[in-house]
Order: sequence, then structure tokens, then C-alpha cells
Amino acid sequence: MKQIFAIIWMNLRAVPQRAGSSLVIVIGIAGVVAVLVALLAMAQGFGATLKATGKADRVMFLSAGVTAELSSVLVPDIVPVLRELPGIVRDADGRPLASAEVVVITELRRGNGAQRADVNVSLRGVEPAGLKLRPEVRLVEGRWFTPGLREITVGQSAARQFEGVKLGATLKFRGSEWTVVGTFVSDGDAHESELWTDADTARSAFGRGSSASSLVAQMASATAIDTIKAAVKADPRLQVDAMPELEYFASQSKQFTEQIGLLTGVVAAIMAIGALFGALNSMYSAVSTRQVEIATLRAIGFGGLPVVLSVLAEAMLLALAGGVLGGLIAYVLFNNMSVSTLGSNFTQVAFNFAVTPALMEKGLSWALAIGLLGGLPPALKAARQPVVEALRAK
Amino acid sequence: MSKAIVEIKQVSKTYTRGKQKVEVLTALDLEVAKGDFLALMGPSGSGKTTLLNLIGGLDQPTAGQVLVDGQRIDNLGSSALAAWRARHVGFVFQFYNLMPMLTAQKNVELPLLLTNLSGAERAQRARIALTVVGLADRASHKPNELSGGQAQRVAIARALVADPTLLVCDEPTGDLDRRTADEILGLLQTLNREHGKTIIMVTHDPKAAEYATHQVHMDKGAVAIGEVP
Amino acid sequence: MKYFPLLWATLWRKKARTILTLLSLVTAFLLLGLLQAANSLFSGDSQRLSANLLITQARVSFTSPLPMRHLSQIEAIPGIEQISWSQFFGGIYKDEKNFFPQFAVDPDRWLKTFTECRMPAGQATAWKSSRTAVIAGRGLADRFGWKVGDPIPLKSQIWPLKDGTRAWNFELAGIFEDVTEGSCPRMGNMYLRYDYFDEARQYGQGTAGIFVVRIKDPNQSEAISRSIDVLFENSPDETKTQTEKEFQLNFVRQIGNLSLILNAILGAVFFTILMLTGNTMSQAVRERIPELAVLKTLGFSNHMLLLLVIAESMLISVLGGLLGMGLAALVMEGLAHAPTQFPPITASVQVWQIAFASMFGVGFLVGLPPALRAMRLSIVDGLSGR
Repeated sequence: MKQIFAIIWMNLRAVPQRAGSSLVIVIGIAGVVAVLVALLAMAQGFGATLKATGKADRVMFLSAGVTAELSSVLVPDIVPVLRELPGIVRDADGRPLASAEVVVITELRRGNGAQRADVNVSLRGVEPAGLKLRPEVRLVEGRWFTPGLREITVGQSAARQFEGVKLGATLKFRGSEWTVVGTFVSDGDAHESELWTDADTARSAFGRGSSASSLVAQMASATAIDTIKAAVKADPRLQVDAMPELEYFASQSKQFTEQIGLLTGVVAAIMAIGALFGALNSMYSAVSTRQVEIATLRAIGFGGLPVVLSVLAEAMLLALAGGVLGGLIAYVLFNNMSVSTLGSNFTQVAFNFAVTPALMEKGLSWALAIGLLGGLPPALKAARQPVVEALRAK
Repeated sequence: MSKAIVEIKQVSKTYTRGKQKVEVLTALDLEVAKGDFLALMGPSGSGKTTLLNLIGGLDQPTAGQVLVDGQRIDNLGSSALAAWRARHVGFVFQFYNLMPMLTAQKNVELPLLLTNLSGAERAQRARIALTVVGLADRASHKPNELSGGQAQRVAIARALVADPTLLVCDEPTGDLDRRTADEILGLLQTLNREHGKTIIMVTHDPKAAEYATHQVHMDKGAVAIGEVP
Repeated sequence: MKYFPLLWATLWRKKARTILTLLSLVTAFLLLGLLQAANSLFSGDSQRLSANLLITQARVSFTSPLPMRHLSQIEAIPGIEQISWSQFFGGIYKDEKNFFPQFAVDPDRWLKTFTECRMPAGQATAWKSSRTAVIAGRGLADRFGWKVGDPIPLKSQIWPLKDGTRAWNFELAGIFEDVTEGSCPRMGNMYLRYDYFDEARQYGQGTAGIFVVRIKDPNQSEAISRSIDVLFENSPDETKTQTEKEFQLNFVRQIGNLSLILNAILGAVFFTILMLTGNTMSQAVRERIPELAVLKTLGFSNHMLLLLVIAESMLISVLGGLLGMGLAALVMEGLAHAPTQFPPITASVQVWQIAFASMFGVGFLVGLPPALRAMRLSIVDGLSGR
């Protein structure tokens, strides 16, 4: 044991003499980890935003079989039936706490230069109950829209990401002008990327008759969902799917997370292979410069294991340094960076990159794996080389 | 006496190693006649290799003149000197200094890359040179597949191939056993006698020096005993 | 060129090291090929779209359908050769992973508008004679192994049938192909008949989706776009007209600042590779100092050595680059046939230009410091191994 540590320590003290090739390992692995963590932080941030949207004790109704609010149409006849379903809470005046909402896609400008694009943004028509049943939605600037007037209150992320939606600005949709009268926040969830207005105003302005895209309602408790599902099933008129609001939004992040996961996997794996070759190269040359030293140690009676471990320790330590560096780079450059992308509802969802401890951990484990794989073959080679021959080399 | 092909006039050479100045050659005069086989002898540090490097155009004197075939080479720039070496000097080293990744044939062709010869002509000349040194059958071997003596023959073929004015050898047998050394020296002697090559050879081995037509003994940067037949 | 055997032999002096260096270069260029090709989707370089096509969408969003009455008004504008309309269908074939776009169109108008794609006359007739008949691009048909006559069930995410169900049944009547190599950019799409679709859908009757306008002179595209949009200004059905290329580009850009992220990744990759090969090259030169000194004694000039070392570095860089780009091309070819939701990407001329510039750039940058070292090497020191 003692000899193992003695040799490892002796070797590590010599690392600064091989600064050039040691740096190659550190930087190579830092690159892989930075890219890996950054991409995962993107998926993480997107997922976190959508998963934070909605509550488990609110129910959401969409037309049967659709996967996104955009393609859902609740025909006028069934909306009142849905409101009256058992398990839905009523307010002080005895009216169901339910909001039949209409979602319309509008285009806004985002970015400049080559990134400039007209992007899809959700305009959500909300009934008065819609504000009441979402306590997380709070006004931060200006005021709420007035029903009947072409006024909108915009989510804070939307105001930051898109052009022309600052307080007091006017927007033109379908030949008429709309005024931005306020800004709201919603615990950083996906609604903050939307523009909100009154449901009836939106329906008439966008020719939606009296149909709705979705209906959101407050349930007595999260368990009431079973009652509601049963009631929907029992009524053949109700060609709708009922689900907890939380579940709906969580499902919206699945596709994006999967695609980014695939991209991350491919890119990081290719980079990791490149870094692995670099590590192998550097460690082989480190071993060859230590050839005589190692042979001398073997000649005076040290075993093969301390030699293997000393080479591995060097590789792993350099890899760890690279991993930490890469994680820090990703954190400094990307953590909390705000971007927006096309969500499953075919509209923009703004979110922040989230570099979490779990992602850092993942980055470090990749780094150590590369260090191990890059260090092992040279370590074995070092231990196996014939002592006499190595000693004869100058 | 035939015309001098190498003339060294009042040559001094000083090296700075760290803070120390070391004068290796001091106001040295020497002439080598065309067709000579000169052995430069002397103890380590006597300046014989430095002198050889000056004659071969690898290094330049601190003072004095070096003339080869009537041309001054001590004042040439590094590119002119490189071009001059390519045309006029063939080198043979103690450790052969062959390119390890090239075959014997390709090693011999190397200096011809600097000429305008076609690929076929280069190969042809290299084959002739290898035949002269008796290694035509080893043309496709790499240096690590050759014995020391064979490697040195390849090195001699490389030195000959561009038909230089001078053959400059630095301890050509220093790494060889007696028998092989005698073969190499015999080869050099043949080149001198039958092909008229002027050869300047540094050696500390008196037996090797016996193959030469002339000997010069150096000590402390000057000629101690010259022109021993 | 006569120095090539020397360079080649030098390169393989230490096989293991050269192979490892080469492999890391290969991975770098594999990434460059793939990411730049993906990147070019965002800049539109890989789009082979005809400059003669304009898309007229609703100003508010292309997801809002335009009324059919716009058709005759647009058609009257001079300079327009043909106009057709197209409604996104949003069907799922068996599984969500099988995504491909389908559009409801008018067959006669489609055939006259999308002249870059062609179909046997018999198949076109078959499409026109059966209401539930659809046509598919060669690429799409190959992806699922469809043959003419195959049933194609689709579950529309957007359009329910009259009875509220979403299961639509079609059968394949034709497969369209390129007219000339690569001319038809729609090979991954399917087209169904608008007349049947409009009759069978639950709501939305009489709306056209978007209009696809074929103009006679591509130089007129801006003027004609403007003339179309002016017609409907300040009406509830305002339009936005742009070339098909702009339309597609904008569509991809919606995904976001991906090109920025892709470029950041590439930057990281190349910085790493630069370090890596730089270190290897200087190692290789350091080991060879006595050999370089010998070359100098043989009469190789300082400049020649500078060039030789740089050329060696370029050689390995170009070799790795070509292998990596070749591999990237293979991967893209594979991706194009794999059932993914990623749009097919190919390496455009510009991507290859970037790749070649990077190969020579990396080779030069990496080779320069050791080459300068070789150039400045003193023969006497070099020979004695100092």
C-alpha cells in the first residue's frame, strides 16, 4: 500500500513537467463536459419550465385524441356540460371555477441579424375565472385587460423575448389594433411566454364563434380527477379527454427533451471519443517519457500494480480537473441564459438554461470515464514493458 | 603537388556556452589537396569535429576564411550554404543518421530531391550508388533491418549519390567492430583511389587513420603534427 | 510532389500516435460536417427550393386558414402563372415517431404548380379519379416501403371527421419523383385531395390554408408579394406573402438560437482539436530533431524544412478532415433513411468549403510553431541531440 502511494505521489509531482500534454487532456475533457452540461442544461431548463406549469388539482379538457391545445376544439354545446361536472369547485357566487379558453397563434418578431424570425406566439383568451383559479399568476406592471376591449396583458418572458410587446405598445392582428396594458408573471412557467386577453374578445376577433380550445377548472382535490374522468366516459356527448393540468404540460416537454437528449448523446459521444484519443495519445507519451524511471522502479523490486495505478491516477486526476473546468465553463456561460424555442403546441416557450448539481455530476462522471479509458491501456503498457529493454533505451 | 581543394586561412572559432567563452580553434591554417584522403586525429576537445563542420559548411568560423574549390564559404548565408552543401559535400556520420522510416533506396535518393532529376533518374542513380557500396540487394530494407556496417554503407552511398566535391566523415567507424570498420575504411579507400574522391575523415583510431593518404594531428585548437604520409 | 513519399513516411514514423491523432481529427470533422449541415438548414443553404414559388399565409399566423375567396383576387394579379392552395393535415401514421407532413390540395392545380416534381400520367389520372386517393414523394414511399395501391390510415391531430372521430383512410395512387436530380424538394411529403377533405372535415369548410403562387419571373417576387398583401390590408384576413425559401427558413428559425449553440459547440471542438494535434505535432518534431539536422546537412534549406513540417501537419489534417467529412456524409445518408423527426440534412458546397478551410487552417496553425522550430534549428546542436 505504502509503495503504491509513494509511486503515485512521485508520478503526480512530475506532471507539471509534462504540462503541454497534460493540458491537452484537461482541455479536451473540459470541452466535452462543457458541451454535454450545456446541452443537458437546455433540456433541463425547458423541462423545468413546462413541468412547473399547471397544478395537480386543476383539470384540463381537450378534444379527444389531440396532443396539444392548438389542435383542440371544444364545440359550444359541450362547454357548459363540462363546467357542471362533479368534482369542480364553485366560487362564492356558486359559479363553477372554470375557464373555457381559446388559444390563437400570432406572429411576433424575435432576434436580429441572421437569427431574426417571425415566431409563433400563443394569444390566450381567458375567462375571468381563469385568473381566479390560477393564483400563481400575478400582475407586475400595468393592469389586466378589460373584457370587450382589444387589450392584452403579456407574460414577462414574452415581453423580454419578442419585439413590440412592451407596456403601451400596439399590435396589429387581423386588421385591428391591440394595446399592451400590463405584464404578468406566473412562477416562471410556460404561460409567461404567452399574450393574454379576454376569452370572448379573442373569440369574436378571431372568428372562433363560441367554441373553445380547452377548459381549465379547479378540482376539489387532485383525487377528483377519477370522478371527472368517469363522468366524461359516462356521457357519450363528451368527445373529450380530461387530465390533470400538470400532466398535460409535463407531456409537452417530452418530445423536446427526447430530441435534445438524442442530439446531446450524439454530439457528446463523438466529442468524448475525440477527447479519448487525445487522452490516450498524451498518456502513451507520458508513459514513454517515464520509461526508464518505471523500468528502474521495477528493477529495484516494485510490483506492476503501483505502476498501473500511478498512471491511472494521473489520467483520472487530469480528467477530473477537465471535468470541473468544463462544468464551470458551462455554468458561467449558460446558467440562466434565456432562450425561447418552438414547443409542442407549435408556439414559442421561453425558458432558462438550468445547470443543476445533478448535471454537473453527470459531466464529472463522463470526465472520469474518459480518464479511466484513456489511462488504462497506457498504464497496462507501462507495467508490461520488459525491464531490461526499457533500461537500455537512453 | 596538386591544387588545394580546401584552404583554411587563419580560422578561429569561439563558442559561448552559458557565460563561458570557449575558443575551439585558434588562427588555424590548413590545405587539403584534390584527391587526398585526409585523416584528422586528436584527443576529444581538440577541435577536429569543429574543423570538419566548418569544411562541410555546417558551421561558420568566428574569424578567418574557408575556401572550397576556390570558393569562399565562410561568408555565405544559410540558404546559399544549404544549396552549396547539396552540391559539394557528402556527409558520413558516426551513428549513420539514416531516416528510420525510409528504405535504403529512399534514404540514398534523399539528396537528389534537391536536384531537378526525374523520379526515374533519381532511382537509377541511387541504385548505382548502392551498387558501388555493395548493397544493391538491400535497397528495399529499412535502417532497423540493416547491420551497423550495412547502415554505414547506405550512409556512404547517400553521401556519394549527388557526386559531391568532398566526402566528409565524422568518426565513420566509431560505432563498428574492427572487422566491419576495416570493410568500411576499405570502401572509403577504394572511393579515394579508384573514383578520385577527396575525403576528409575525423577519427581517433590510429588504425583507421592508416587507410588515409595524409594525417593531421590536432591539439588544443591547432595543428600539432601535419602531413604525416 | 516529389517530397510526398518523404512526408508520407515521416507521418507514419509512430503509427499509434498518428492513428490516434488522425482519429481525433476524424471525430472533429465528423461533428463539423454534421453540425454545419444542420446549421445550414437555418441559413437556408441546403434548401433547394424554386425561386418561382411564393407562399401567401394569414398575417396573424400561418396556422390561421385564409378564406377561399382570396383565390380569384390573387389570380388576377399579372405575372402569376399558377396558384394553388394547401391545408396542413397534421396526420399521424401509426406512431407519433413516424411524423411526415401531409397537405390537402387540388390535384389539377398541384400538378401545374409543383412542376419540379413529376409522376407517371397514369398515376396522376388515378389520383384525380378517386376521392380518397393520395400521392407521396419517392423518399416518403421508400421510408415506409409503400407501393401504389397500399392503404394509408392517418389519425389527424387537427381535423376530426364529421362524426368527431379522427381516423382517416386513404390509399396511395401515385409516387412522385425528381424531374432532374434533386429538383423536387417535396419528396418527404404526402398530398391528399382537398375536395374530399373539405367535405369530410367537421369544421373549417371553405378555408384554404395557405396559397402557393407560381410566378413567371423570380425577379418579380418582391413586387408581386407586395401586390398580394396590399389587396387584403386592414381586412380581418390580412396576408403575408414571401418566397417559399423565406417561409421555410423562418419556420426552422422558430426553433431558436440553435445555430448559435451549434457554432459554440464547434468552437469548443476545434479549440480542443487544435490543442491536441498541436501538442502531437510538436512532440513529433521534437523527437525528430537529429533527423531534421541531417536533412539540413544534406542541403535542405531552412525554408524547405519549414515547408516540409507545415506540409506534414497539413497532410494529417486534410487526411483526418476528409475521412471525417466522408463519415459525416455516410451518417447523413443513414439519417435520411432512418425514421426520425429530424429534417434530412446534407452537406452543401458551403459546408465543404468551411470544412476545407478548417482542414488547411488547423494544419497550418498546428504546423507553424514546430515548423519555425525546425527552421531555426542549428545543425551542430541538432546533430549532437541538444
